[in-house]
Amino acid sequence: MTKSSTVIRLEGVSKSFPRHRGHRLLREHVEALLGRAGRERFWALQNVSLEVDYGESVAIVGNNGAGKSTVLGIIAGLAKPDSGSVAVHGRIAPLLELGLGFQPDLTGRENVRVNASLLGLSRKETRTRSERIIDFSGIGDFIEEPLRTYSAGMIMRLGFSVAMHTEPDIILIDEVMAVGDAAFSARCFEKLRTFQANGTALVCVSHSAETVRVLCQKAVLLDHGKLLMTGAVDKVLDAYAGAAVAVSAK
Amino acid sequence: MTEVLMWHGDYLFLLMNLTASDFRVRYRNMSLGVLWSLLNPIILMAVLTFIFTRIIPNPRIPNYPVFILCGLVPYNFFTISWTAGTTSILNNGHLVKRVPFPREILPLAAVLSNLIHLLIQVGLLFTLLLAAGKTPNRYWLWLPLIWALEVLFVTGLSLITSALNVFVRDMRYVVESVNMVLFWLVPVFYSFSVVPQAYAGVYEFNPVAALVLAMRNILLEASAPPAMLLWKLALSSTAVLAGGWLVFRNLKPSFYDHL
Repeated sequence: MTKSSTVIRLEGVSKSFPRHRGHRLLREHVEALLGRAGRERFWALQNVSLEVDYGESVAIVGNNGAGKSTVLGIIAGLAKPDSGSVAVHGRIAPLLELGLGFQPDLTGRENVRVNASLLGLSRKETRTRSERIIDFSGIGDFIEEPLRTYSAGMIMRLGFSVAMHTEPDIILIDEVMAVGDAAFSARCFEKLRTFQANGTALVCVSHSAETVRVLCQKAVLLDHGKLLMTGAVDKVLDAYAGAAVAVSAK
Repeated sequence: MTEVLMWHGDYLFLLMNLTASDFRVRYRNMSLGVLWSLLNPIILMAVLTFIFTRIIPNPRIPNYPVFILCGLVPYNFFTISWTAGTTSILNNGHLVKRVPFPREILPLAAVLSNLIHLLIQVGLLFTLLLAAGKTPNRYWLWLPLIWALEVLFVTGLSLITSALNVFVRDMRYVVESVNMVLFWLVPVFYSFSVVPQAYAGVYEFNPVAALVLAMRNILLEASAPPAMLLWKLALSSTAVLAGGWLVFRNLKPSFYDHL
């Protein structure tokens, strides 16, 4: 990959979701099939464009329901946009939730294996990296115990550790930096910085201005599915804080 | 635009891990563990044998316990793996919404993890057969083929129902009802020979029934399964698998919106 090339490009992306209003009765299904009743849709994103370059770190800020997680879902290829184009180059580590697929009855080691293969590691990669993953997590001897005996913090640490060892080109982070204790958190940031230094792109959703400032240079502000602003992280955070003040003053 | 799933993982490795974890999770906390795989059919076999030899005697069928088991083993595998396959996408909704792995792996792993039980139960069946004085013959070589067809069939069905279950959550109950009906419509506890001619041809198109018939041909009568039966089994299994693959492929891009 050449330097300064674009690894993520969203152009004019719109995304809507059907609204069920809690109803899933046969009548609704039949009406939807017949195309009657033009099912109401909720627009999560409207005409959003975003570019992330090689080695660049971008934060997505905005209120709850602004569409931040939907953007990540679209970049990860999980959700299909209604319109617009999406181009992504490289291996993605979607840290949208830690420890996905973890089974409480399996041991930590067994869970590492399943989780690693879900995130795209091959058998060989999993074998060579699992010791490093377990070391980094700091779980110690507990790794042979079933996951249900773990504390919430330990599960998060193990999940984060697996994701960090997939050697991604792009990392998507959705509010998962509140991981473990201060010491582990510091190691996570350190690890992320190493990735950044090696050219990994980062797209990060967080309500913590501090996290955003530490990790990202660029930020975009989303509001009700629309992109309000793109720019340097401080400028965007100030604008967002300003908007929040304006709303609360009303 | 085409759907791009950003996943460059190891398909077989993931499939194997999910299959093994399904299997382990189910039995790890049971004190009898995998023995349940054996106990279940044995109990049902005992009950059915009691009913149909003591309450409603059925003198025409020799070796009734083994006869029953030839029906129960395929029936159990079919119903359990179809139910597990159907709920697999919905039960793993959080995963589907957050990790871009190939979706069809979930119903596939659900079916395959039941294959381990199947092997154990087939082992039980063989043991009882040998105890009943039956000896292996060359027709036993047909068994892997007809079982493979059965796996294709249930995989195809699971692809359809697991995808539909995301949109229409009642799918699971539909599957359970069909399974209940099948217990009566598949010749599990009665012989195919008592089925009137008018229905016999239709029966053979049901792959579960066809499988039971072929198993009894091979194991109890030591004869080759009729070619027509095998063709019907092959035809309906591959048709269902192809249909399942098409349905699943068309529906999976919308899973995210509906989970």
